[in-house]
Amino acid sequence: MISYKLITRTVITLLGSTAATLNAQTIAITGGKVYPVSGPVIENGTVIITNGKISAVGANVPIPAGAQRIDATGKIVTPGFVNSSTQLGVQEIAQVNDTRDMTARGKDNIAAAFTVWEGLNPNSVMMAPARKEGVTSFVVVPTGGLIAGQAALVDVVPGTTTDMLVRAPVAMVAEVGDPQSAGLNSRGELIVKLREVLEDTRYFQSHRDAFDRAQTRPFAASRLDLQALIPVIEGRLPLLVTVDREADIDAAMRLARDYNVKLMIGSGAEAWMMADKLAAAHIPVLTGAENNIPAGFAALGQRQENAGLLRKAGVEVALIGNAGGGDEEAFNVRNLRQEAGNAVSYGMTWDDALRAVTLAPAEFFGAGDRVGSLQPGREGNVVVWSGDPFEFTTRAEHVFVRGREYHEKTRQDLLIERYRNLPGTHNTPPPQ
Amino acid sequence: MRAFLCLLLIGAGACASAPSQTTTSPTPRDTTQADVGRGATSTPNADPFPSTYVPFPSRTTVIRNVNLLTAAGPLIRNGAILLQNGKIAAVGATVDAPADALVIDGAGKYVTPGIVDDHSHLGVYAAPGGNALSDGNEATNPTTPQVWAEHSVWPQDPQFPRNLAGGVTTLQVLPGSANLIGGRSVVLKVVPGRTVQAMKFPGAKYGLKMACGENPKRVYGQRGGPSTRMGNVAGYRAAWIRAVDYRRKWDKWNADHKGDPPTRDLGLETLAEVLRGNMLVHNHCYRADEMAQMIDIAHEFGYKIRSFHHGVEAYKIADLLAKEGIAGSLWADWGSFKMEALDAVKANMALVNAAGARVIVHSDDPSGSQRLNQEAAKAMEAGAEIGLPVSEDQAIKWLTINPAWALGLDDKIGSLEAGKNADVILWTGDPFSVYSKPEKVWVDGALLFDRTDPSQQWRTDFELGFVPFTGTSR
Repeated sequence: MISYKLITRTVITLLGSTAATLNAQTIAITGGKVYPVSGPVIENGTVIITNGKISAVGANVPIPAGAQRIDATGKIVTPGFVNSSTQLGVQEIAQVNDTRDMTARGKDNIAAAFTVWEGLNPNSVMMAPARKEGVTSFVVVPTGGLIAGQAALVDVVPGTTTDMLVRAPVAMVAEVGDPQSAGLNSRGELIVKLREVLEDTRYFQSHRDAFDRAQTRPFAASRLDLQALIPVIEGRLPLLVTVDREADIDAAMRLARDYNVKLMIGSGAEAWMMADKLAAAHIPVLTGAENNIPAGFAALGQRQENAGLLRKAGVEVALIGNAGGGDEEAFNVRNLRQEAGNAVSYGMTWDDALRAVTLAPAEFFGAGDRVGSLQPGREGNVVVWSGDPFEFTTRAEHVFVRGREYHEKTRQDLLIERYRNLPGTHNTPPPQ
Repeated sequence: MRAFLCLLLIGAGACASAPSQTTTSPTPRDTTQADVGRGATSTPNADPFPSTYVPFPSRTTVIRNVNLLTAAGPLIRNGAILLQNGKIAAVGATVDAPADALVIDGAGKYVTPGIVDDHSHLGVYAAPGGNALSDGNEATNPTTPQVWAEHSVWPQDPQFPRNLAGGVTTLQVLPGSANLIGGRSVVLKVVPGRTVQAMKFPGAKYGLKMACGENPKRVYGQRGGPSTRMGNVAGYRAAWIRAVDYRRKWDKWNADHKGDPPTRDLGLETLAEVLRGNMLVHNHCYRADEMAQMIDIAHEFGYKIRSFHHGVEAYKIADLLAKEGIAGSLWADWGSFKMEALDAVKANMALVNAAGARVIVHSDDPSGSQRLNQEAAKAMEAGAEIGLPVSEDQAIKWLTINPAWALGLDDKIGSLEAGKNADVILWTGDPFSVYSKPEKVWVDGALLFDRTDPSQQWRTDFELGFVPFTGTSR
């Protein structure tokens, strides 16, 4: 461990050079109402970030000498928000094919080996707008087919995908609600297909030698897909099943029981109808709070109270930013806080809504030790809000990711600068 | 994982846009009203599907102890409003409550006019969706002025009651944007009806849906064209050339009745009505340069564009929109889902507003339409962030009187003023808070939604049996 003294010296050494681009410094956020999420709210609390990580959180925390101070008096301090499911970074422009990298062709709609983050574009212009509104981490999920592939949890930091990755894989994603898109004819057939693949995974797992000698029967999935599914049947990698209809959720739960799969429900329009069963089975749900349209025969029971009702029944819930969105979804990951506000408006407690956009998704995806709460040792992902983070009039005044504060201009900011005074200008001021 | 309704609509070319105005700025000149009814028509029955709407039973109602955002002046704190005979009878610090009035204590909550969404596909892309209910784009020809959206509207679309619960009392239902000229819109009251005629806003003018850019050329690129933007423009102009010719023949015949009347053409009848100023043009258009071209086309053929819908680049030509008196029906934060939407900025509305053009918050989305107040709130904050704060008094106009103007109905709805239709929302709190929602909604003075009373929650035929009745809120 780096000693406190050493850290201080490092900070002093670096000040005055390019300090803004470095995270090897100490930041003290003082005077704010601090929501650690992992513990009770702290009035007039202090959060210390050292070397990119949170080093102290509390009411009476000494401020290290030389720390950069952020006065958060009258403000709210929370962990950076974690969006639990998005195509941010793998779908830049929905109708421009060469910016779409969230779907794999796979074999027979099975693409378990697909590691969607390999196609992530860290230079997406939508990263900065998300971060500007307090989203500091997100789970990038593949879509399409029956088994869509594997998801990863990343921090919204510049650099490469390697720099961004927090954990990968964090889940295997399957889409169970729509047999047609899985290339099948009916729901029952879809479940049979999933069972077949999991059976084959089991067999493959215990007969690798025979497989390598080409002495096994044909499998329902390719070698790489079966291999990718082994952690799922070993209960090490959760299976995130995108599903809406109550009966389909039930079928997914039966399947999970039979194969000892750790299940998560995504979308889950009708999950509220079986909230008690989900709670008893400790199955978390990722959903939104703005959808209430019976948008298909598999989502007739969709309602805005879903998240609140699930939570009330004891189900762990994460909220998805812009859950009801279509093609503009990645651009509007920033609306995660609006989703949370609507969840509160429709019955979730405020504290639960905050948890649903921070620690809950972090824990579901096995990264609760890295992000989602304000505790010593966690990444320095911290947001200072001008007020209630779910309200429209509130601004994310300071956004730290891994201890570095970001306030760079977004592409939208640059456009506004050009056209604010019409007829506008074609010149872009040089970066400061 | 998501509804993807809009994705489907875009696939079919349905997703589009709109504009509006501010009080602090010069009011754009409005010539359309004066022209109404002056032109002759090519048909002896210009209203073949007349509205059969009858207001629902109402009782005299006073809502007191409320903050009123009137869209016609500054906020009235702790005021009152009287609804009588379907109209707003009085608004002010106090009103005289008739003896028979139901008096509601608003307990410091907010009252606003009913919201007007000038860009909806409710009924024509009804839930639960699928091919059977996909009736918004007659994508068989790039120019289909002959189709009327009302002939696709399913009155049992379960999205209607949800819109009402979101405070929307008037909707313009448009054809989709697959076509250069997509057909006639219809203006509906968001009320239960056995027929679409029973929902039609009496006396409302028709709108004409036009669409720029990527959608038409994508839909028709492999089907005979247009396959380019220049092909799009040639298509609009060719249609208007035919319409000018058709109008001249009919106007002449209507004047002298010499010989046999010209042969009727359903599509050209519609376009001729636009040229006569009897219909309002709603033009889906994203890019600034294309909006400027559409304005030139309108000048060439002598019609006016009422509102550009979507207009994600409206801020780049806000001065032009103000000068032309064209509204912008806009989104708060949609963008980047297609090339022509790439330059969307959240401050679009604030910038257009500051330039003196009419701003309208539109949805093009059955979910967003239920929370247009939240969309406005996001746009307000984006303005504040760049030093262009927008007051609640102004933002309420984006949701009410401005879209009412776009529909030519600003003399009947869109503000809390004596004599206007009693389309009124009682909110649970400040309508620009994420935690507020409509508690009660009146249409023509009739209470048609009450969040606190399940018996006052409209359920469509479709919902019976299919959609669980929760007996709580929407």
